[in-house]
Amino acid sequence: MAKILVYIDNPTAELKRSSRELVSLAGALGEAVVASPGPFADSTAAELGARSVSTVYLPDSDALGGYLVGPKAAFLAEAAKASGAAAVLLENSFDGKEIAARLGIKLTAGVITDVVGIDEALTATKSVLAGSYTVQAKVTTPVAVFTVKANSVEISEPAGGSAPGSVTVPVPEATAGAARITGRTEKPASGRPDLGEARVVVAGGRGVDGDFGPVEELADALGGAVGASRAATDAGWIEHSAQIGQTGKTVSPQLYISAGISGAIQQKAGMQTAKVIVAVNKDAESPVFEIADFGVVGDLFQVLPQAAAEIRKRKGQA
Amino acid sequence: MDESTLKIVVLVKHVPDAQFDRHLSGPDSRTDRSESILSELDEYALEAALQLSEARGGEAAGNRVIALTMGPAGAANAVKKSLQIGAGEGVHLSDEALAGSDAAATSLALAAAIRHLGEVDLVLTGMASTDGETSLVPAQLAERLGLPQVTFASTLEVKDGTVTARRDGDSHSELIEAPLPALVSVTDQVNEPRYPNFKGIMAAKKKTITTLSLADIGVDAGSVGSAGSWTTVLAAQPRPPREQGVIITDEGDAGIKLADFLAARKLI
Ligand SMILES: Cc1cc2nc3c(=O)[nH]c(=O)nc-3n(C[C@H](O)[C@H](O)[C@H](O)COP(=O)(O)OP(=O)(O)OC[C@H]3O[C@@H](n4cnc5c(N)ncnc54)[C@H](O)[C@@H]3O)c2cc1C
Ligand SMILES: Nc1ncnc2c1ncn2[C@@H]1O[C@H](COP(=O)(O)O)[C@@H](O)[C@H]1O
Repeated sequence: MAKILVYIDNPTAELKRSSRELVSLAGALGEAVVASPGPFADSTAAELGARSVSTVYLPDSDALGGYLVGPKAAFLAEAAKASGAAAVLLENSFDGKEIAARLGIKLTAGVITDVVGIDEALTATKSVLAGSYTVQAKVTTPVAVFTVKANSVEISEPAGGSAPGSVTVPVPEATAGAARITGRTEKPASGRPDLGEARVVVAGGRGVDGDFGPVEELADALGGAVGASRAATDAGWIEHSAQIGQTGKTVSPQLYISAGISGAIQQKAGMQTAKVIVAVNKDAESPVFEIADFGVVGDLFQVLPQAAAEIRKRKGQA
Repeated sequence: MDESTLKIVVLVKHVPDAQFDRHLSGPDSRTDRSESILSELDEYALEAALQLSEARGGEAAGNRVIALTMGPAGAANAVKKSLQIGAGEGVHLSDEALAGSDAAATSLALAAAIRHLGEVDLVLTGMASTDGETSLVPAQLAERLGLPQVTFASTLEVKDGTVTARRDGDSHSELIEAPLPALVSVTDQVNEPRYPNFKGIMAAKKKTITTLSLADIGVDAGSVGSAGSWTTVLAAQPRPPREQGVIITDEGDAGIKLADFLAARKLI
């Protein structure tokens, strides 16, 4: 059975939903193996074993965390060679795509980004041109590299199994001259689900007029994440990392609720593959209504709190 | 004024205008490029280059900003627009054999074109092309050129031969530092791009665009285009338009109706 190598960037934390998805996908396509820039916590290693991961590849250096992309790609290339993997799977984040990009050159391997599905023949499905087409694409080189969007894969039940064995591979490239990370500022945790992975996203735009309260209240009633248009992030009402769209995040949740957002092409680029779209806007002519499954022409300051209260009531939380 | 002068190559791509419907066509599902413009995300890279040059006295002091594109004949328009906005020189890499290049083949050709331009201090790119949207090309170029890679910069400074940038992530933001020469991609947070003004449009008429072929840059036709690509598109389907949904006007109970809708769709 072909080996499928999954790259997991944050070994010290609990597995992210997207990492579980990648491991499930790898297991469906072949024998799942994992590469990581550092050793896993015992509980995480046990979970990987239970998810049928046979081997974990680790670097012989602990300096990778201090560098941007280049040395990580160099390590992953060694891990890919050592494992003989037919495919490498990474998450579809900025970092994931860039590590994939450099890995591709190092391995002479084709790279496909924004993947939402991969079949046994390693044919990938993705959407292009801001979601206006779905394409099937294939890598024509012996090794294939894919970055897979969150929420694309069913997480399989752990089948049980012992903790994976580990193999240490050398990090070849001198880190001299590579871009260094010289400072790091943590952002306060919101306690809400990660925007890129959330099943429900409630997003606010210029229409919230500086007050994200109603958006947050509805997001919390639904257990969702909070997003925003660029108008709202540019105004400084909410962090830039909440921006959805062409130059922000692309999300494909089960439910996207857009409030006080007009629906410009650059905003739609980030959300129009959501399963269900709800729009609340006081202007009936807003383009966002063209893609809404359910639209309310109304004032978000009335509609959102009422909806949040009703949802809490139905969930028995009122 | 800042110390030493800079030679900067800015990568600009000619892309279909996203304000119109965009299409894939032909047997290998290529992007239709008839209604194309300079990718708006590359305007941020150009602006960053111009600001770095101007802070050092501009062209008069010996700084150079070179706009480089790869693409069919029409792509020269992206370079022309860049010259109108303020780039001093333009280069258009154009060759039939380039058609159908994926990121690997594009980065191979662009890397050769950049080497052809001699020593450069900075290669500046946009964060993503608005058609390909892969963000693969900058990282692959850095790998091929052996340059340190500073990508998704939301701030950018160059001082004493060092690039400093901020990169905003989900849970944290990072400060990145690299020695020159380096490859930097910038986001739409980095600056506010200028528009071409009348003076710029007139000045651009006197600037030349150098056209390069694959032979000029010493690249074999078989290593680029569809033949040199490492990925291939098998099939493409237009996404069915979203069904027109139900639109109601709030009469005081729209929040309840919204909850009803979510419950009916089993989303609560
Ligand atoms: C290079 C580039 C990249 C971009 N990238 C992105 C991106 O990634 N994401 C993004 O979102 N945008 C992006 N944009 C910006 C985009 O073009 C729009 O300008 C932006 O999305 C508008 O945000 P908005 O809908 O919140 O504001 P507006 O267009 O001003 O819309 C506000 C809406 O709120 C409604 N409203 C006002 N008050 C209320 C109320 N009380 N109740 C209900 N509704 C109300 C109004 O009717 C209006 O429809 C980009 C632009 C460029 C040039
Ligand atoms: N054909 C091209 N010509 C010039 N620059 C390009 C080309 N393709 C990509 N680039 C540059 O690479 C960036 C990222 O593109 P991409 O990897 O396609 O998302 C763009 O913003 C451009 O700066």
